[in-house]
Amino acid sequence: MIERTPILNMVTYFIMIFGLLLILGPFWMIFTASTQSLAQVNAVPFNLLPGTDFVHNLQAAWHRANLGPAMLNSLIMALLVMVGKIVLASISAFAIVYFRSPLRHVFFWLVFMTLMLPLEVRVVPTYNIAADVFEPVRWLIQTLTGIELSLQWNLLNSYSGLVLPVIATATGTFLYRQFYMTLPDELTEAAKMDGARPLRFFIDILLPLSRTNMLALATIMFVYAWNQYLWPKLMTTEADYQTAMVAMTTLVPNINSLPEWNVSMAGALIIMLPPLIIVAALQRWFVRGLVSTEK
Amino acid sequence: MAEINIRNVRKSYGRTQILHGVDLDFKSGEFVVILGPSGCGKSTLLRMIAGLEEISAGEISIDGTVVNNLEPRDRGCSMVFQNYALYPHMNVAANIGYALKVAGVPRAERDRRISETARVVGLEEMLDRKPAQLSGGQRQRVAMGRAIIREPKVFLFDEPLSNLDAKLRVQMRVEIRRLHKRLSATSVFVTHDQVEAMTLADKLIVMNKGHVEQVGTPLEIYHRPRTRFVGTFIGSPAMNFFDSTIAPSGKFVLLDGIQIAIDPVLGRDNADNAVSAGIRPEHCRLVKAGTANSVPATVDFVEELGSGRNVHVDIDGTIFAVSGDESQLFETGATVGLQLPSEHIHLFSRDTGLRLDDAPALKHNTNQSTVAA
Repeated sequence: MIERTPILNMVTYFIMIFGLLLILGPFWMIFTASTQSLAQVNAVPFNLLPGTDFVHNLQAAWHRANLGPAMLNSLIMALLVMVGKIVLASISAFAIVYFRSPLRHVFFWLVFMTLMLPLEVRVVPTYNIAADVFEPVRWLIQTLTGIELSLQWNLLNSYSGLVLPVIATATGTFLYRQFYMTLPDELTEAAKMDGARPLRFFIDILLPLSRTNMLALATIMFVYAWNQYLWPKLMTTEADYQTAMVAMTTLVPNINSLPEWNVSMAGALIIMLPPLIIVAALQRWFVRGLVSTEK
Repeated sequence: MAEINIRNVRKSYGRTQILHGVDLDFKSGEFVVILGPSGCGKSTLLRMIAGLEEISAGEISIDGTVVNNLEPRDRGCSMVFQNYALYPHMNVAANIGYALKVAGVPRAERDRRISETARVVGLEEMLDRKPAQLSGGQRQRVAMGRAIIREPKVFLFDEPLSNLDAKLRVQMRVEIRRLHKRLSATSVFVTHDQVEAMTLADKLIVMNKGHVEQVGTPLEIYHRPRTRFVGTFIGSPAMNFFDSTIAPSGKFVLLDGIQIAIDPVLGRDNADNAVSAGIRPEHCRLVKAGTANSVPATVDFVEELGSGRNVHVDIDGTIFAVSGDESQLFETGATVGLQLPSEHIHLFSRDTGLRLDDAPALKHNTNQSTVAA
């Protein structure tokens, strides 16, 4: 629809620019704060112009929070979570869409219901399981047979602990299910006639076709995993497994320390960088995967 | 090359029956066309042969082996789908060769067979393209290449030409026929297009509402439709029908009060029967009004075809289509005479819809039931 309405156009632009400022404003404040010295950042009123201490603040943040290893830990965790979520989502949606099991709707709705149970809600039981993975198995075997086993597997302070409990994803499963449902049945039938068994069909046909979908999911899930705070905080007590988000807390000033907000903001900028790069690199796919499916 | 035998095959979804006991035998190397209106169960039958649809009751065997419980890959059939169903992310070569890749055929042999197949279907120049970069006819060729590379015992075609434009359709029809001659595998082709059916078939099967109406060569079916339905379904314009009763003498039926002579032997055996009499448009003759043995009719409208014209005339509310030749000109609204030659009149029972003199078709039926028993 093309309309010539100068006044309406101006109003539209005004609203859009206002929205943009609302979103960008805080970022600008983070940036300027990270460039100022301790005295400047605590001045009232706050100075919106950049200062000269940017590099110094970045270095201070990097060393004080030990961001090098922490960023690496975060990267490993986020990539593993991302891959895990994609693998799990694509496979479970495959099972739900392509297998005529009588219980598939039940399973789908069970998965769907977990949308209502985010990690924060189930954090205590999830922690229990992570701290003692075989507890339910031991209990089951003991109740059934009376045999007491001493199986132990503890996920605390490990990458599996950071990753495994959070890779189940209702969003991803749902996204994949919608994608599979847009594919024509004849594609499946053609593959059947060509002799492909289900797994072969999944690997040769479905996965390559879901590329845009997969990249969209990868973007969302990487950012999600990178931004995790609560779970890594619970799971890791050793500095070796500390993630960037957790490390960031050491930069936040407390009652007994100097109000070095310039350093915390510099740290925030560093930590923000990897998700920004991922989104920038994948945004074309991200939008395409969410908006439409490739033919 | 393989025989296909279909024994009392039924299909139902819950309580709805789609196929009500179908018995058919396809000879090895035959080109069989299944023709019928949409919803008659023809595609379902084809998909049951392919193994894509479960068989509710009865038995299908290919080359003597009952295939009811075999997976599609073990039946030795390949199929061409209506919308081609090409793999969008693979190029033409990969599409054609996918079955071989799945079967674990070594690369060198696979490439050799792909280029050989591409030559047969005329796609040598296109092997690197993706399906999205191909025209409808080329996609159709890829689908056929994919079907023939496996050297199957049976080819199944599920309305493969219905997405093509008229010109391409004629061309692909010829190509399919040529391909069949060359490969001589048993082929089953499902369509709702009677021209496709007539031109392609060695054996034509007409289906309606889950029943087989008639089996025969295209000419047999055209000239001796076994039921009223087959008569109406095949031929364009469709066969003209009027309801009447055979006179006690058995010599004629009445149309608008005028006696139309019929085969006297047939008439004598069926005297006083309520019948539906049919005659094809090309067998009707238009004459001057008042000519002896003609029924007065009003010209309703005229369709010009170039090579001739279809004249639609009205007799007391019943419309008759007549294939006129170009020498005769008729004005809309003019009164003419319509002659219906007795040797071209088909008589069907009004109760059962069956042809009255259905000797050959009846024999066919009894044959089948003895085999089935």
